[in-house]
Amino acid sequence: MLNAKTSRATIGKGMQRNPAGGDRMILKSVEKTRRETLAYAAIAGLAALLAPRMSMADESAVAAEINKLYGDKKFESGKIKLDVPEIAENGLVVPVTVDVESPMTESDYVKSVHVFADGNPLPGIVSYKFTPACGKASASTRMRLAQTQNIVCIAEMSNGKLHMAKAGVKVTIGGCGG
Amino acid sequence: MATTPTPRVRLPAQAKPGDTIEIKTLISHEMESGQRKDAGGKIIPRKIINKFIAAFNGKLVFEADWNPAISANPYQSFFYKAVESGEFTFTWKDDDGSDYVAKNKLTVA
Repeated sequence: MLNAKTSRATIGKGMQRNPAGGDRMILKSVEKTRRETLAYAAIAGLAALLAPRMSMADESAVAAEINKLYGDKKFESGKIKLDVPEIAENGLVVPVTVDVESPMTESDYVKSVHVFADGNPLPGIVSYKFTPACGKASASTRMRLAQTQNIVCIAEMSNGKLHMAKAGVKVTIGGCGG
Repeated sequence: MATTPTPRVRLPAQAKPGDTIEIKTLISHEMESGQRKDAGGKIIPRKIINKFIAAFNGKLVFEADWNPAISANPYQSFFYKAVESGEFTFTWKDDDGSDYVAKNKLTVA
């Protein structure tokens, strides 16, 4: 909670500051300032790309985790509604809702759901176990995302069928390291 | 932040038989991921709640295994199909071995 607040405050300050910066800029024409602003933005973008990153999981790590659970079984699409924001302003708190279509009866229900991310230090996010008593295979929580990445969700049905869904989340401020 | 985690649960007190009700839970916990470093550059050890279990009249309803990617003060919501009156037991399991428990009654009529 504290971390989220601090990072918010920092963003606020950063935005107020003239990106072209410095007192000397005041004397220059508006046109020049704008051009320099753009140049600064470009440099900042490049720096962000080149900056050393923490060791992150990638798609292969997610695939390895899935392989550990289900071997090389086939996944079908559909049935899963994976609800994540398209753009997450704060990577520390990203809501994630999984909703799997199922009658949830004793003979036909969703057994488990796993959620993974391919750009976090660790690929796993959450694993759910449902029972027919749930009435509805739906659950929401909040996760941390270190950077812009894909969320992968797998649902295992009581009849052994597997379903998979993917969604991308653009993260403005990474929720890693605080 | 080192206070005892306080669970908070919200669910309707009453339901009709066959109704699917939503249960929302929240617990105060810093969910230290084990990825952060302190001022001295040392890694702060992981301390998260790794499991959340919901049972009704002693029977398992829903279970969530949380990884360090779950946000601080973890929120979890899920559904329950009301059949009979009884009591929910919600258990949060901490890495350090402690359990945090909340109980809520549900009247089905």
